[in-house]
Amino acid sequence: MPETTVLNSVHRALGARMVDFGGWDMPIGYGSQIEEHHAVRGDAGMFDVSHMTVVDLRGSGVRAFLRHLLANSVDKLGVAGKALYSCMLDASGGVIDDLIVYFLDDDYFRLVVNAATRDKDLEWIRKNASSFHVTVEHHPELAMIAVQGPNARSKAASVLPVVLRERSLALKPFSATREGMLFVARTGYTGEDGFEITLPVSEAVAFWRQLQDAGIRPCGLGARDTLRLEAGMNLYGQDMDDQTTPFEAGLAWTVSLDEGRDFIGRSALEAQRRNGVPRQMIGLVLDEKGVLRHGQVVHTACGVGEVLSGTFSPTLGKGIAFARVPAGDPGAVSVEIRGKSVPVRVVKPPFVRNGQPCAGILIAVQG
Amino acid sequence: MSEIPGDLKFLKSHEWARLEDGGVVRVGISDHAQGQLGDLVYVELPAVGDAVQSGNACAVVESVKAASDIYSPVSGTVVEVNEILADKPETINEDAYGEGWIFAVKMANPEDMEALLDPDAYAELLEEDAH
Repeated sequence: MPETTVLNSVHRALGARMVDFGGWDMPIGYGSQIEEHHAVRGDAGMFDVSHMTVVDLRGSGVRAFLRHLLANSVDKLGVAGKALYSCMLDASGGVIDDLIVYFLDDDYFRLVVNAATRDKDLEWIRKNASSFHVTVEHHPELAMIAVQGPNARSKAASVLPVVLRERSLALKPFSATREGMLFVARTGYTGEDGFEITLPVSEAVAFWRQLQDAGIRPCGLGARDTLRLEAGMNLYGQDMDDQTTPFEAGLAWTVSLDEGRDFIGRSALEAQRRNGVPRQMIGLVLDEKGVLRHGQVVHTACGVGEVLSGTFSPTLGKGIAFARVPAGDPGAVSVEIRGKSVPVRVVKPPFVRNGQPCAGILIAVQG
Repeated sequence: MSEIPGDLKFLKSHEWARLEDGGVVRVGISDHAQGQLGDLVYVELPAVGDAVQSGNACAVVESVKAASDIYSPVSGTVVEVNEILADKPETINEDAYGEGWIFAVKMANPEDMEALLDPDAYAELLEEDAH
């Protein structure tokens, strides 16, 4: 039996189409996936992301532990509430998972990791935490709702407890505030402004209904996928995994090779950089009609690669994708779609930010 | 779900066929199928004049989620394709049994129609799938 979130019966009552998502029974959509997508780009939508794994780390050695565990540097987190996106690597530099880490107190950090990787992540974190005297608490009793879109923060704030209302609206991007078990972060996975709100499962159903009454549209994981790909955000398991280093997955910006910090995977990454990174991730736009899909073969001047995440972009009205291809100038690139070779344009993601196509995404290069 | 029109025949793979004058069979996908696929964003049509075999793939519909082959319910020659779908693939979502038809075939073997499911048999198939 798949796992369920506390909102499962709410989704079903709303008429959601449910699918198995990494072992969880989750709503892919409640009606039109494209309308849900546009609701987030233009107004406010919400997602049940209670399947995500919340892990609290406590102890005097927690900062030292995270400096060792993560490829990005928690030294960047100086103010309580600040968040950081990072990969967690194995010794060979492969990505075990990507995550968000929140600095909450000198001896208290929170990680939010993926659902499908929960067990291996917890095992890895616990194994490596033991020598740092850090306690690792997994919190399945917490639910998480992401509210996203240009109007999401104001609509959601209207139903937050008064004590958190002002503080939530005052949050800078990528930071969080909390009161008891209620935790509000100005983060997301859509390329829009918004909050990710963590709260006890016992309060989640009532809160979901209040958000809906405040005019926030329930959206499924289908819309979440087109939104995050437009926003140029990787999906673990599709765009990178433990056979991929961050350098091969467009995530070099998340790796901090800062002086004197010995994080897991560092020597492998440095060796790869010295010897040359063999593969790269690129963004693709299909100007012809059609849709780019996971697994399609990509031809470049430097050899063959494949489409990782691919979809139809509702904002652009075109097929878009990430592809992993051999390193070097890819030249003229084409994708094989049902036996036909179709030209595509190489672009630098993101494709869409804050409701608008990014520079260079819609302008066809003459060649 | 909308009612299944009584003048249609079906393939198990959810294509419908409507016999019109002159042995021409119009083809589309069922309302159930469009609901399963979700928002359609692209339709790859056959060309007029293409020879098609019953049970063979001859068109593709793509939703945001997935691409799906469309099989011809009958053998013959494609005599018409629904050009509207090139710009408005969502027509299939809006009117699967009417404006959302995909192509029309001049039948080579009239008995092809007899091999197809009638509306009651198709409705039963959907019932079984639901359990």
